[in-house]
Amino acid sequence: MRLELIPRPNVSPVMRAIAPVIAFAVAFLIAGFVIWLMGRSPVSAFQVYVLHPLADTWALQELLVKATPLALIAIGLSYCFRANLWNIGAEGQFVMGAILGSWLALATHGTDAGPWVIPAMLVLGVLGGMLYGLIPAFLKTRFGVNEILTSLMLVYIAQLTLDYLARGPWRDPKGFNFPQSVTFDPAATLPAIIEGSRVHYGALFALIAVIVTAFVMNRSLFGYRLRLTGDAPRAARFAGFDPNRTTLAVFAISGGLAGLAGIAEVSGQIGQIQPSISPGYGFTAITVAFLGRLNPFGILAAALVIALTVIGGESAQIMLKLPLDLTLAFQGILLLCVLSADALVSYRVRLVGRGAHA
Amino acid sequence: MTTFEAILLTIVTASTPFLIAALGELVAERSGVLNLGLEGMMAMGAACSFAAAVTFDSSLIGAGAGALAGALMAALFALVVLGFAANQVGSGLALTILGLGLSGLIGAPFVGAKRDPIGHITIPGLSELPVVGRLFFAQDLFVYGSLVLTLAVAFFLHRTRAGLMLRSIGENHTSAHALGLPVLRVRLLAVLFGGACAGLAGAYLSLVYTRFWSPGMIAGRGWIALALVVFAAWRPGWALVGAYIFGAASVLQLHAQAAQFGLPSQVLSAVPYAATILVLLLLSLRHGRAIGAPGSLGSPFVPER
Amino acid sequence: MNIRVTLGALAGAAALALSAGGASAQEKLKIGFIYVGPVGDHGWSYQHDVGRKAIEKAFGDKVETTYVESVPEADSERAIEQLARTGHKLVFTTSFGFMEPTLKVAKKYPNVKFEHATGFKRAPNVSTYAAKFHEGRYIIGQIAGKMSKTGTIGYVGAFPIPEVVAGINSYFLGAQSVNPNIKIKVVWANSWYDPAKEADAGKALLDQGVDIIAQHTDSPAPLQAAEARGKFGFGQASDMERFAPKAQLTAIIDNWADYYVARTKAVLDGTWKSEDTWGGLNAHMVVMAPYKNMPDDVKKMAEETETAIKSGKLNPFKCPIVKQDGSTVECKGGAALSDEQILGMNFYVKGIDDKLPQ
Repeated sequence: MRLELIPRPNVSPVMRAIAPVIAFAVAFLIAGFVIWLMGRSPVSAFQVYVLHPLADTWALQELLVKATPLALIAIGLSYCFRANLWNIGAEGQFVMGAILGSWLALATHGTDAGPWVIPAMLVLGVLGGMLYGLIPAFLKTRFGVNEILTSLMLVYIAQLTLDYLARGPWRDPKGFNFPQSVTFDPAATLPAIIEGSRVHYGALFALIAVIVTAFVMNRSLFGYRLRLTGDAPRAARFAGFDPNRTTLAVFAISGGLAGLAGIAEVSGQIGQIQPSISPGYGFTAITVAFLGRLNPFGILAAALVIALTVIGGESAQIMLKLPLDLTLAFQGILLLCVLSADALVSYRVRLVGRGAHA
Repeated sequence: MTTFEAILLTIVTASTPFLIAALGELVAERSGVLNLGLEGMMAMGAACSFAAAVTFDSSLIGAGAGALAGALMAALFALVVLGFAANQVGSGLALTILGLGLSGLIGAPFVGAKRDPIGHITIPGLSELPVVGRLFFAQDLFVYGSLVLTLAVAFFLHRTRAGLMLRSIGENHTSAHALGLPVLRVRLLAVLFGGACAGLAGAYLSLVYTRFWSPGMIAGRGWIALALVVFAAWRPGWALVGAYIFGAASVLQLHAQAAQFGLPSQVLSAVPYAATILVLLLLSLRHGRAIGAPGSLGSPFVPER
Repeated sequence: MNIRVTLGALAGAAALALSAGGASAQEKLKIGFIYVGPVGDHGWSYQHDVGRKAIEKAFGDKVETTYVESVPEADSERAIEQLARTGHKLVFTTSFGFMEPTLKVAKKYPNVKFEHATGFKRAPNVSTYAAKFHEGRYIIGQIAGKMSKTGTIGYVGAFPIPEVVAGINSYFLGAQSVNPNIKIKVVWANSWYDPAKEADAGKALLDQGVDIIAQHTDSPAPLQAAEARGKFGFGQASDMERFAPKAQLTAIIDNWADYYVARTKAVLDGTWKSEDTWGGLNAHMVVMAPYKNMPDDVKKMAEETETAIKSGKLNPFKCPIVKQDGSTVECKGGAALSDEQILGMNFYVKGIDDKLPQ
């Protein structure tokens, strides 16, 4: 017995839109069953995990804070993935952006440097991520070295560099030699959008990135060039698009956005340099990019959903005393359901008995 | 035993899990399926093998359970990406998250338990040879297994009809299908094999390497194994080279620290990663453009009717 | 997007339900814990969780405890605030990296009492606490000095932060006090918890002629490596005897239980106030596992040293302390180094040949 996929002749946009909702329902049924087996109430789990965060302004703000780096990085990655280039080193580009931007924050610390500091830090952040992202691109275009390996290995090197700086030269001299920098001056702190909340301007940058990308992908020659390079590399070459230039361009964009996310996170959320500044945003963003079908608005929604599962996971630990591992497993199931549903919009599954031939 | 021999022995242990996991992934990728869930499958292998080994007091059953757990995870992955033609990259990452969570739930009751070391198989006579004796002829079963596996995978891919079939499916599934090759069935088997190998690699970590289980013990080794497949340009022999270069660099940087070279430990810790990039760069320079990925890698296959 | 519209509608309904049911809260003292690792790490976070369970055992129905595990330090503010928002009146944040987030949240919730482990910044509602593990390390240093046949002892460190450096110095000074010619080799794992890497670090030390290993990383792997080679080592954080019954000479156990119970009692009695606690062997925050696998005279020496430290007769950092470069450290604590000097220690003592990573 085996499964057979039959392409649906015309995919309705309604189906495409409600597919994720159905996937959510299935995932919650599976999780609810497990929770019921554990002797807990699935209904209260659902409340705590999903509804509670969405019904509370504080949690909604935290949702934005958490989704900001994910959306920014994933938007950048969508350029690479559209062109079939595998940048899995966004985590490293995030860190390098944070490092270069923070350098300025630390260099101007305690001086009367004016309001130019924050914009300059952001520019340096973009630059840091961009340059670091261009390393695998350059190695690929110049020497044919596969970008999956180089971009991944560079992640670890970036993390160790940050670790070295936080424990060594950038340590707060008054901090008993503990591994963290001074707290950034107000001039080097990315301000909050909403007074008194933790939602910083990074959220706005993410929104701008979404809108600009939507325009670029659908309305510009560059967007066309990307899709063609990804879908039909030979046709792209015939059309006169230089694949090397495309490679360099998409890595620069995705590195730059990851770097922006990095400096925004450090200057807007953390407020100082620490040995580790990311719980794996660069890797989670890969999931976000695909969960959002590489579509900018989809990515925005996906980033919010992932952020919700993180916050919901914490609530579940606090209010229901469910172990973190359970919420991780649930997250995995949920993602698999959504991705499956996404595919099943385009295909119908038929069970074929033994002996039948396609 | 001299210091030199001792260091070589440590390198063998450090490299073996990378090699086993990379070989499995290599076969899956050669068939055209990119499974980024290695880390999660290894985590499941480590937890399930340890749980089984403690429960049944047998490391052999443990290793079997590890391979089975990896294969089951791979089966779920296959259902989603082969059965439903879902996105492989996203699904692989989801599998990693699922594996990390599930392994934590399965392993939790076994925190604090421990296993005795598994026996080393000494080949009489040969194991007394200087230098190479202990290195090649007095290892544990996993090490021998990983070397045999390298040869077997190489032989299978390049010397058998089935291997040729698998490679042509990975290169171009449309024309393979047109030739009447069972694309999905072959991919399913390749993915299951990859999962079993990842499970075994995880089992090696919890049964041999440290002999206890704890959450997070895979510590990113699945990602390294994934990168090593790329390093190997999808060739088994080079997977062995890559795994041993990485293993050697990880062990030698610790020796460099103990020998008091005075470099920051972060610099030395970065050596394995930098070395891998450098070696790949040198290889690319020598051979021109490296062999590319299998043509259909990562793209879903739906037969036309 | 459809998902959000649907969920938003559901969320409104749930908010009503929750606010209706929220009035029947009981007058239990809710106590929250933030862990940096998984509770199952069998090291640092595990020992804090042992302390949490001790609170439950001691106070039964009067308290309710909660924990959030594997909280990334750079993204911890939300989890801490969530505890404060959900009625937890006493919150323990159990890693150095939680320092700034704890202070930020504490400022917003003046009625919640916070306890931050291993930090140095306090506030009216933030206490700090840590343990003098270096006292235990002096004892194991003496044991190592007596037991080593090769004259070289080893140390697997996680990161070169002051606490670890003070531990290495204390260990070495202990060893030197019984064997003036003792040598030490240090390897940094660059991780608190990576069993396989810790095992490799232990093996590297053994390969280089070390025959006794001490460790300041959390897993039993280095100790196991010593056992496999017929050498010796010491347990870290908990009694690790069962992992290496022939190799463990003793273990330095983190015992937070007494402190946690005392602080909970203080909150229940209304006598809690912000303070700094730095307890050692005498305060039972540091406990030595039974001395085993060693000759009787070594055991007797270890027990005598333990008694001497407890009674205050012996201080591992009694002056004069001489640095690597031969200069004498200014003695700010009377007969020994001051607490601040030990807390911020960033030099090796004379006799250690290695260079301290800065």
